[in-house]
Amino acid sequence: MDNTITQISNSLYSQCIADYELRSSSKDTAEPAELSALREKAFQQFKKTGFPSTKVEDWKYTNLTPFLKEEFITEQESDLVAVEESLVEKAMVPGLDSYRVVVVNGVYRPDLSDNIPHEGVYLFPLSAAIGRPAFKKHFGQYTDISRNHFAAVNTALFRDGLFLEIKNNTVLGKPLQVVHLTAADDHTFLQPRHLIVVGTSAAATIIESYVTVDNEASVFINHVSEIVVGENAQLQHYYIQTGNEKARYIHHTEVYQLASSVYNNYKASFPGTSLLRNNLNVALDGENVESHLYGLYLSGGHQLVDNHTIVDHRKPHCQSNELYKGVMKDEATGVFNGKIFVRKDAQKTNAFQQNNNLMLGKKAVIDSKPQLEIFADDVKCSHGSTVGQFNQEAMFYLKSRGIGDEKARALLIHAFAYDVTEKIPIPEVQAHINQLIEEGLKS
Amino acid sequence: MLSIKNLKASVEEKEILKGLNLEVKPGEIHAIMGPNGSGKSTLASVLTGKENYEVTAGEVLFEGKDLLELSPEDRAREGIFLAFQYPVEIPGVSNINFLKTALNEIRAYRKQPPIEAKEFLRLLKEKQKLLEFDTTLANRSLNEGFSGGEKKRNEIFQLAMLEPKLAILDETDSGLDIDALRIVSRGVNKLRSSKNAFIIITHYQRLLDYIVPDYVHVLYNGQIVKSGTKELALELEEKGYDWLKEDAQETTLKPSFQ
Ligand SMILES: Nc1ncnc2c1ncn2[C@@H]1O[C@H](COP(=O)(O)OP(=O)(O)OP(=O)(O)O)[C@@H](O)[C@H]1O
Ligand SMILES: [Mg+2]
Repeated sequence: MDNTITQISNSLYSQCIADYELRSSSKDTAEPAELSALREKAFQQFKKTGFPSTKVEDWKYTNLTPFLKEEFITEQESDLVAVEESLVEKAMVPGLDSYRVVVVNGVYRPDLSDNIPHEGVYLFPLSAAIGRPAFKKHFGQYTDISRNHFAAVNTALFRDGLFLEIKNNTVLGKPLQVVHLTAADDHTFLQPRHLIVVGTSAAATIIESYVTVDNEASVFINHVSEIVVGENAQLQHYYIQTGNEKARYIHHTEVYQLASSVYNNYKASFPGTSLLRNNLNVALDGENVESHLYGLYLSGGHQLVDNHTIVDHRKPHCQSNELYKGVMKDEATGVFNGKIFVRKDAQKTNAFQQNNNLMLGKKAVIDSKPQLEIFADDVKCSHGSTVGQFNQEAMFYLKSRGIGDEKARALLIHAFAYDVTEKIPIPEVQAHINQLIEEGLKS
Repeated sequence: MLSIKNLKASVEEKEILKGLNLEVKPGEIHAIMGPNGSGKSTLASVLTGKENYEVTAGEVLFEGKDLLELSPEDRAREGIFLAFQYPVEIPGVSNINFLKTALNEIRAYRKQPPIEAKEFLRLLKEKQKLLEFDTTLANRSLNEGFSGGEKKRNEIFQLAMLEPKLAILDETDSGLDIDALRIVSRGVNKLRSSKNAFIIITHYQRLLDYIVPDYVHVLYNGQIVKSGTKELALELEEKGYDWLKEDAQETTLKPSFQ
């Protein structure tokens, strides 16, 4: 158990081990053998490595110890958690015509969700989709559990989550808005698991928002999402991450793209959630693939926001473009780690990556590490990272027109974020994000 | 309206303004000329409250108030406007949103309610027309990618929108083509009234043919070394500054000879 947090998180570690052993001894889980085998492999991995300490390179700047110290329960109450409608409403993008899907503590809630009367769209609790061909074909196929401690424990122990399949040639006319709500009375460790499969020449927009109910209890949420974007398919995917200080998120997203597909991820996070670790890995495993990753993190208080991304160019003639912008207030800590791999086969790759940070708080910290590993010779790649303060010339210009300090700052912050927000193709979502920036600046 | 007495100011320990006096009354137009580096833009910066400019002596009263006490934004809200020699580009801030914010901040300071959307649009249209300012420019990000001349025109467009009491134009004419110069001048003349005043910093007589000043001052080495009427500008155009430099040296040297 080297490189592991041993003492403090011992209790959660032992509990996960115990949970697994209990689970495998009670043979009433009617899971297919393949899944059981996968769970077993993941469990052995987790048993060996546990939760990562800062000695693990990918966790160097993110010390989990303070976030794992409570006694967490891992069992969810079996009763359906009552949810206030107003909370769900608040998380929705105002004025946007969409299908609503609600997930509470990782459990899909048809009673709170819209029926989706669209041919070729299949939405189930993940637990009910285990027998489906798409599940069998894709589940657990793309996530490297040997390198991702949290994905391993999630694979070993997940109970439920969302399964969404969009069949070949299906074009979803309206965005799907998924509200992930977390509410717990006791300190809880949750491990939702999701699988999204977008078929050949299909197209969809999925907007996922994360909110927490204001409770005294801490929740540690270990999400894993696997996403398959089929040949010639298009997926516009949004993450809008909010929450309170009681919430800690590990959010692993594994995207697998086939030839001529487009995957765009727009991610925005706001002050609140005390720990937010996003792993976003995209594999471009076909020719003519396009991927855009846009991120905006407005961080405040003592928040720790850590964005790790991997863009893996495996085949020729693909394009990726990544832009992450951070606004760091107060005593927030930010981590950006972006890896681009261009493999030997991936000739004619265009890969760009940029991370810019605007430091507002004197005690705010950012560690930005762009990494480029290129094994092909005919490629165009660039990366860069900046850390800066307000442009004083611009500040003076605004003030010289009568604009006070607070408004001037807000204007410049919106302007800084604009490079990301302008990329959002849905005006309602853009307005919603701008509103959240506004609120985030005040908090 | 504006009364500057024995103003001394330095930047990074270096004294730039060395005892400057100037009186501006409502309705007046003052031109300030002078060689490069003499302190014209520094004067504008000090009046608008730019940081790093340290006032070491003298006073500046604006409508009886101690201007140097006020923050840059409050000076603007009191009615001072500077058309910058080098306007900055601010990508991501839309011109229109910026103007509306500025207008409402100034209104709030004067205890007026925010401007109504319709009224704002009307004002925009009116001033755009006055300065023949391209609508597409007005809708773009603040000065981003504007040509030199477009930036200068945008400064005057902002001036027209905000209607300050005292406007300082720092070399607004440089970079403007002949037609733009005429349009901008016409705009300024229309905005001129018995209640407001202009300080026009320029190197060229040409602008003063269009905007006729009541007074012309020569700023040299941090002081106003000569004041006169518009004829002085013609004289400068002809003779340059050397004759004044010698004069100035004499006046500054004199005391030590006595
Ligand atoms: N921030 C600064 N740091 C150092 N020196 C400065 C600074 N600002 C101005 N100066 C110096 O002060 C002097 C006066 O500059 P200023 O810009 O006021 O001249 P000006 O009269 O406007 O010249 P021009 O006609 O070229 O615009 C110059 O020597 C300039 O280098
Ligand atoms: Mg100057």
